[in-house]
Amino acid sequence: MPSETDSQIDWQSETSEVEMTRRDRLEELYRRWIYEPVAIAWSDVRTRLGIVILTIYLLIAGVAVAGLYRTPQTNQAGRFVKMFQDWSVPLGSTNSGTDLAALIIHSTPFVLLMVLSGGVWATTVAVAVGTVSGYKGGSIDNAIMTVSDFFMAIPGLPLVIVLAMTFQDAASNPIYLGVILTINYWAGLARSIRSQVLAIREESYVEASRTMGTSTPRIIFKDVLPNIMPYVMVNFVLAARYTIFASVGLYFIGVLPYSVKNWGVVLNNAYYQGALYTPGTGHWLFVPMVAIVGLTFGLILLSQGMDRIFNPRVRTRLAGESESTEEVSETVTGGMP
Amino acid sequence: MVNYYLRRLARIPVTILAVATLTFGLIRLLPGGPFTQLRIQLLRRGVPIEQVNARIQALQNIQPDAPLWRQYIGYIIGVFQGNLGESISLGDPVASILARAAPWTIFLVVTSTVLMFIIGVLIGALQAYWEGSPFDKLSSSASIFVMSVPYYIFAVVLLYYLAYGQGWFPSQNPAARGIENTLSLEYLISVLRHGALPIISFTIGGIGSTALNMRGNSIQILGKDYVEVARLRGLSDGRIATRYVAKNAILPMYTGLLLLIGFRLGGTVVLEEIFNYPGLGYYLIAGINSNDYPLMMGAFLVITVTLVIAVFVADMTYSFIDPRISTGESDAF
Repeated sequence: MPSETDSQIDWQSETSEVEMTRRDRLEELYRRWIYEPVAIAWSDVRTRLGIVILTIYLLIAGVAVAGLYRTPQTNQAGRFVKMFQDWSVPLGSTNSGTDLAALIIHSTPFVLLMVLSGGVWATTVAVAVGTVSGYKGGSIDNAIMTVSDFFMAIPGLPLVIVLAMTFQDAASNPIYLGVILTINYWAGLARSIRSQVLAIREESYVEASRTMGTSTPRIIFKDVLPNIMPYVMVNFVLAARYTIFASVGLYFIGVLPYSVKNWGVVLNNAYYQGALYTPGTGHWLFVPMVAIVGLTFGLILLSQGMDRIFNPRVRTRLAGESESTEEVSETVTGGMP
Repeated sequence: MVNYYLRRLARIPVTILAVATLTFGLIRLLPGGPFTQLRIQLLRRGVPIEQVNARIQALQNIQPDAPLWRQYIGYIIGVFQGNLGESISLGDPVASILARAAPWTIFLVVTSTVLMFIIGVLIGALQAYWEGSPFDKLSSSASIFVMSVPYYIFAVVLLYYLAYGQGWFPSQNPAARGIENTLSLEYLISVLRHGALPIISFTIGGIGSTALNMRGNSIQILGKDYVEVARLRGLSDGRIATRYVAKNAILPMYTGLLLLIGFRLGGTVVLEEIFNYPGLGYYLIAGINSNDYPLMMGAFLVITVTLVIAVFVADMTYSFIDPRISTGESDAF
């Protein structure tokens, strides 16, 4: 095995690990946290497709932020131009002659920020609550779980609607909106993380750490967290998906306040202004739908392939073979197309 | 074990109390405060202040001039007596409007969730059974795709083709207007026809993830030793598939179902609005759109109470299905 001999040579050429230069350490970090995950991720068809789709959305957001595409305005094109007919309005136009492509492009940054903030909020709170409650046990566990049961008892969307009504200003900011949308999403996730931690806390290496007097935060970070990381990442994507679905759904039925039009608002306008039964206006509904489904599809593909990045068995396989990614892709590719 | 049921049952009023407290707080936070606008309007019209206060108290069972704690206690007692105030836009007591609406929502959620679960489990089981086959690959990809389409998009697409395009299904209302609300066959058929599109779109939306879950669980269990032993004992394939694999694969999904009910009950808000289906979610939105705070908060409270009861029922059945359920507590570290 080439890598084993490599490491032996490394080991002998240096007197001790402590004397590793900063450069070596950076290289090690790069390999461990950037090169290997990317190589493994890229080797899976689903992840590859997911990364490509998400990159496209990021590029679109970049175009909007840099102002490379015109902003949506009424009467910038003819009314109800269909898709792919007139290349100055590639995706067609609405009933007021607004370029649909411009509408979609300029709402992408808002949606991406909102999705990121919703996903980060939901998973961070869930991990913090779930690990502490599962690891500490006893009365702390009881208290935390009572609170999260209360949050689980409130149905998400109605609560979000009422909150968005109450805090209208905050709801038009993408980051706050992401938090409002997932305001009680974390509770269910925290419960399932807790039940996983309950099993991990009985492991012998956790017991060893505890007997050695390691502090609780350190045990949670070093012993517990790495074990649940794959689960957390997959659920980050599911939380992001929930944020998209909830926000677009609520914009669609017109109960979220907005300052700039976005995919859900376009869908709402199309739906309530008759695109459903006026012939030749189907694209008005279709274009925002594709934008929503495309982003979610990219996220879900990524999550389906993601467990490979965190799966230690796949990682060792990568380390055991040569450095070339092509060979890896041959050995690791498999599963679903 | 009996103790567990009692504790679980005792938690219901506590949760409802907590949610009622939340709605009480939110009513005060709503833009303009509780009925400031209405109050000013009535006062301007020259209505004496006592009458204005009495009117507002009838609307939301909050006494505007009492100290906060008395307002709170009065509100909570009202809620537990079933007094949710009076709807401003519809003129009826909120409780009676919502009592008429709740069965429609429950009908949608229960039917579609049961259908989703059955179909998803069947597809997932077949996928696991024929793992790696073209059917598995195709339906797994389809499941991933379906997972990324929100149910309201299915609803709009179905409306576009089946209701407006083909005219096979009605596009709104829970039943045709002309038919009497009695238990006749005609009425039943009308209800099913009107409920078909919302139920189908809500069902399809959930099948993808159910199937993928079932597939994953079944594949894991098919690799277990006890399945191998069952095969060696010469048990029939059908018995292994149902008693050994399916049962153990479904159990972990049943816990997820508790959470799912919450998401689906919340999801009816969008669904009912699209189909003009007069359930709880429909009245929640109607209350918002007409600034009818008693209706809105009442609907929110009733949706939550429905969820609390549904989760309680599901929780109870769970311990019957899985005798291994643990109700003990963990030691503190």
